[in-house]
Amino acid sequence: MTVDPDTLAYPVEPAPEPIRLLGPDGRLVDGAEPTLTVEQVVAAYKLMWLSRRIDERAFNLQRQGRLGTFSPTRGQEASVLGSGLALRPGTDWLVPQYRELTAMLYHDQPIDLWFAYWMGHMQGSATPDTLRILPTQIALAAQLPHAVGLAWGRKIQGFDEVVITYFGDGASSEGDFHEALNLAGVTKAPVIFLLQNNGWAISTPRSKQSAATSFAARGPGYGMPGVVVDGNDLLAVYEVSKRAAQRARDGLGPTLIESMTYRLGPHNTADDSVRYMDADELERRELEDPVTRVRLYLDSHDAWNDDDEEALAAEHKTIIDEAVAAAEAHQPEPERLFDHVFAEPTHRLADQRTQVLTNARGGIHA
Amino acid sequence: MPEMNMVDAIHDALTIAMEADDTVMILGEDVGANGGVFRATDGLQAKFGEDRVVDAPLAEGVIAGAAVGLAIAGMTPIAEIQFLGFAHQAYHQIADQVARYRSRSQGRFNLPIVIRSPFGGGVRAPELHSDALEAQFVHCPGLKVVCPATAHDAKGLLLASIADPDPVLFLEPLRGYRLVTDEVPEDAYTVEIGKARVVRTGTDITLIGWSAGVFLAEKAADVLAKDGISAGVVDIRTLAPLDIDTIVAEVSATGRAVIVQEAAMTCGFGAEVATTLAAEAFFSLESPITRVGAPDAPYPLPGLEKMYIPDVAAVVAGAKVAMEAV
Repeated sequence: MTVDPDTLAYPVEPAPEPIRLLGPDGRLVDGAEPTLTVEQVVAAYKLMWLSRRIDERAFNLQRQGRLGTFSPTRGQEASVLGSGLALRPGTDWLVPQYRELTAMLYHDQPIDLWFAYWMGHMQGSATPDTLRILPTQIALAAQLPHAVGLAWGRKIQGFDEVVITYFGDGASSEGDFHEALNLAGVTKAPVIFLLQNNGWAISTPRSKQSAATSFAARGPGYGMPGVVVDGNDLLAVYEVSKRAAQRARDGLGPTLIESMTYRLGPHNTADDSVRYMDADELERRELEDPVTRVRLYLDSHDAWNDDDEEALAAEHKTIIDEAVAAAEAHQPEPERLFDHVFAEPTHRLADQRTQVLTNARGGIHA
Repeated sequence: MPEMNMVDAIHDALTIAMEADDTVMILGEDVGANGGVFRATDGLQAKFGEDRVVDAPLAEGVIAGAAVGLAIAGMTPIAEIQFLGFAHQAYHQIADQVARYRSRSQGRFNLPIVIRSPFGGGVRAPELHSDALEAQFVHCPGLKVVCPATAHDAKGLLLASIADPDPVLFLEPLRGYRLVTDEVPEDAYTVEIGKARVVRTGTDITLIGWSAGVFLAEKAADVLAKDGISAGVVDIRTLAPLDIDTIVAEVSATGRAVIVQEAAMTCGFGAEVATTLAAEAFFSLESPITRVGAPDAPYPLPGLEKMYIPDVAAVVAGAKVAMEAV
């Protein structure tokens, strides 16, 4: 027998068209049947603006030296919130990377603690026990195995809970991504992998991240569906995520969602995206702003007006002013270095704690 | 009291822990139907089911990483890394995630994880199966590192590790699995993490080791006794936390110390012990502290293994160097 040369032909499938309900003009596409009520969309719109205003304030604070390096969510609000809305705050679990502020707000993240964390206060890491959000994850994709273990562990114990974890197109190149999806497929863990394809991994474009035409196409390789959604369409991201959550609750296991969005700005406050982002492309992408899209949708339902907008801005200013003041009130608490390394500090750690807290001789000595 | 070898003692501890607590689960490569490549989990899947004894996909990173999530979910995961030499595939999860999670969440999420792994050489295994990498994990704040040298301690320390609210890397001496046999109580008991064991007292010199290093130290002490040298032996048992008081007391009594490690010499855990003794027992020392270890070369193929890892003669020679020093 001979091997047909075509056997080794690589089947280049074009990337699927993203699922879309709401166009950039704020109109529903033909056949779209959103299940979010207009009232729910209004609530979501408010959160998107709150998220964006927190981003803006944080950026300004960073420039003033009052906040450390952080990554804005700007441009990805629909992607993270549409998916976050599909889960139940306080019941389901959010396993974030570091660019999911809007979803965290919906899941009751205290804003002052968010500011405190990025200001560098350990107090910002001490979240309330009721919050079902795992700590911000800086190591890319390292949280994906955690999300799988969490979902799997809750399922073993008979809980009806879903876990969603967020990461980007860049993080999908990490080994943890592949290991996590593989294990999730095998264990049928009730987890949603929300891949935010925002076009960039700092300066590395999506085209250099993978030769595959679609990240979602990897799903079946791990025994799960992979779906592509317009990540700047709040309604579409919600519908797809809701379906994935239901699938998870039905015992059918994980789903990979590739959310096509765009990072409207630098990777973080230390990044200068002008060096690598095409200005015309950025301008074009600004026209697809997910917040504007929702506003146009609400306008078409007479559900929002400029007076509402003005009142909301004032309300957000107060909320953010208070949160920043609370965050800035934190003083360094050196005992936090030592008190949560182990349940009980080791002898050596206890000795080092005493040395630091009394600073008797300066520094640590063994 | 029944005699038991080390792997049976470990099996016994796992069985007791799983019977006592429904949240305890085991995940690792080949731990299910095969019972682990060393049989430490033999029959446990049949007894406790596939949800609690899980054959994981062959990926060390997600074994350690999933344990983080399982622990947050309320489970008590015991992850097995088949050989410590493969643990680098999980190092980012162990060092950066498992060890740091309590601190990162400021006490909200503690991870009662045990990661078991055999380590060390001497059984003519293929490349990367024999490396003694323990020091790399001691350098991860937030992680306990436990290294029993007897079957008794293996059972008691494993039960203590499973009960511990913090993550423990539990390292088992590969060549001691069936070689080491001692008396092991049938019931459940724990050995305190953070306490060294004085194996024997001496008057001339103190030999300090852990895991397979203790086997060598005990035999070396016998040889030295025939030459009229009274050597004490201390089994450190837990590298993190380190029982400084016991090693300082023993070395202060003899004035001389030899530290036995199986790992490559430079930056091994022996260096930490030596530095600690230099600081805490300085005025009792009668000779420089001596370390016995492997060359700073990659672990060789089995043909050179005997020349690579320290043997009894190397420990005896090290002790004599220390005795002959001024």
